[in-house]
Amino acid sequence: MEDPRVEECEHDSNKTEEDTQMEEGEQNNKDMEVSPALISVHPTQNSVAVAVGSDLRVFNLLEDCAVTLVDESGGTSHNDSIRGIKYGANGKLFVSAGDDKLVKVWSTESWRCISTVCSEKRVSAVAVSHDGLHVCFADKFGVVWVVDLPGFDGTEGPLNKKAVPMLAHYCSIITSLEFSPDGQFIISADRDFKIRVTVFPKKPLDGAHEIESFCLGHTEFVSCLAFICSPDCSQGILVSGGGDSSVRMWDIISGSLLDTCEVGAKTGQLESDASEGNFSTVTDICTIPNCTLIAAAIQSLQGIMLLSYDLPSQTLSVAKVVSIVGEIFIPTSLGSSISGGLLWMVTGASKLRSFDLSSLSRVKVISGFTKSSPDSSEQEPVVLADSEIPGGTKLLEKLQGSISIDERLSLAAADAVKTAMCNLLIKKQYTVEKREFRKRTRNDKKSKQ
Amino acid sequence: MLENKASPTINKSTGLPRKRFYRARAHSNPLSDSHFPVPLSPSHVDYSLHYPQLFPSSDQIDSSRKIQFVDIGCGFGGLLISLSTLFPETLMIGMELRDKVTEYVKERISGLRVANPGQYQNVSVVRTNSMKYIPNYFEKGQLSKMFFLFPDPHFKEKNHRRRVISPHLLDEYAYALQVGGIIYTITDVEELGEWMKSCLENHPMFEALLEKELEADPVVNLLSTATEEGQKVARNGGQTFQAVYRRIAPAS
Repeated sequence: MEDPRVEECEHDSNKTEEDTQMEEGEQNNKDMEVSPALISVHPTQNSVAVAVGSDLRVFNLLEDCAVTLVDESGGTSHNDSIRGIKYGANGKLFVSAGDDKLVKVWSTESWRCISTVCSEKRVSAVAVSHDGLHVCFADKFGVVWVVDLPGFDGTEGPLNKKAVPMLAHYCSIITSLEFSPDGQFIISADRDFKIRVTVFPKKPLDGAHEIESFCLGHTEFVSCLAFICSPDCSQGILVSGGGDSSVRMWDIISGSLLDTCEVGAKTGQLESDASEGNFSTVTDICTIPNCTLIAAAIQSLQGIMLLSYDLPSQTLSVAKVVSIVGEIFIPTSLGSSISGGLLWMVTGASKLRSFDLSSLSRVKVISGFTKSSPDSSEQEPVVLADSEIPGGTKLLEKLQGSISIDERLSLAAADAVKTAMCNLLIKKQYTVEKREFRKRTRNDKKSKQ
Repeated sequence: MLENKASPTINKSTGLPRKRFYRARAHSNPLSDSHFPVPLSPSHVDYSLHYPQLFPSSDQIDSSRKIQFVDIGCGFGGLLISLSTLFPETLMIGMELRDKVTEYVKERISGLRVANPGQYQNVSVVRTNSMKYIPNYFEKGQLSKMFFLFPDPHFKEKNHRRRVISPHLLDEYAYALQVGGIIYTITDVEELGEWMKSCLENHPMFEALLEKELEADPVVNLLSTATEEGQKVARNGGQTFQAVYRRIAPAS
């Protein structure tokens, strides 16, 4: 009963061998355990964090040194895949959470764990309110929980708080959680193609009841959210990516779809194996501050796709693809900071089967984004060599675990992540015969002669 | 059955479907993944399919006219049929998760439309999971009445999250209802009646109707008399528990 998807089978407790044959192809459930490597960058690029499996790695860029996390908040440290990491908007807090049902709040100054909150279910996404007073996290049953951190000034002892449910998507896995730039709204995206915009209330512990809008238009699961900040609209413009290989732009007040950019078609031209109608899921998107670009990580795309947006005309279009040459690198997560002008990428996965080394992460950075149109030839975004990355090899050693990475492992990781994501988020399509076969023992299905 | 080649499931004299051919299980799991089509958004709901006489073609939809009443878990459709003639100018729809029951209501409506030309054109039914897809069918503030009559009680505590009235789902109902819109609930299970009442009472966007408002509302009387389930309860001399609440603007 851990996963809502399991329940669709609950009437089949008296399975027979025939059933088992009918259900072949469901053997991949173990692959769902594979979790992608994640990256998050401090708002002013003071530090960078990478999570792979249960391992949380942080590098302090200000002092150019690896960070040792201090966890005296009681309870255990992360012991299963981390599914969400995020810095608060003011940069003081960092949150990590995942399959071990632990939500950990860290101070980004001391890198001490301020609080460990226990969730009832596995956590799929996290967010910190703009005032840094509330941490929200979403579980795999569609409930968004909130916990308050009053009077946090970095000196207090560990707080132990209980989370309360704030809002819920009905039994759907929540894939992403974001606050609007003005902090007025909390946005939650789910597996059922839905994006919900809820007013973030003054007293979140009493629940967030007022739904501002639903952003409907994705034709598959929504995988990621990001905001474009605009001086003309304080609540920002929402951008989302999904399993339908599209990136969409939304007005969150009305919920209306402003523009859609189909990215699958564009990647198709670049790779050879994009036939068989295989959708290229958008795994992550990231706005690049100080220019009108959005970076998108797309399954099976070696590199990233840059989309450019135009706010007056409310349009979104593919600007260019930045390919990564010389090694296999399909990003699983993206991050950027307000000031750094860099796009940070990570690829990797944990719990890889049939390999000695069970987890892998590889970090890369792109620089050279300019305010002007990327079409102009004055400056092109470039992938930095390992030695040019801020923090250099010291950073890579910390965030990757080692400096050199086995090529075969990168490819295996990319594949495993893809399979895991499909198994988790895409609805299984059963044929009519298969469905009728499952219902055959139901009383109302028995034929009356 | 041989003498009625056309359709044995239709009553020859009334043209209405015969219920015994549409028997279904009393319960359906709202948590399971669904396999029926769902409109992408409220603007994708094809009104010409549901109300063919009022919306002759799908490309010239009168966008000012929208569904205003919804009966969640409409069952065999008794309430909708009564409401259809009571509010002939209002578009209404029933939502039902069980496919066979939905088929029955569909046949029933088309039978009534044939037998009573000009009537029952404002009523329709759709097979869907209302707990998941309300936002796909209705825009913000589109509805003026929502009905939850004799819902599945889901007694076990671990199944309470399957109840159609719950604190979190009320947020979605409040979204679909206009300010002043009314939510009607009734059950013959005391425990569920108390649950629904307390959910509504504790929600900041709903307030109870006053006693005299209930008396003045012609719909309240239909809750226990118009539905098949309500008639069954009355036949057995059972008690019913109702909770009728109005959508209010949240205090800011």
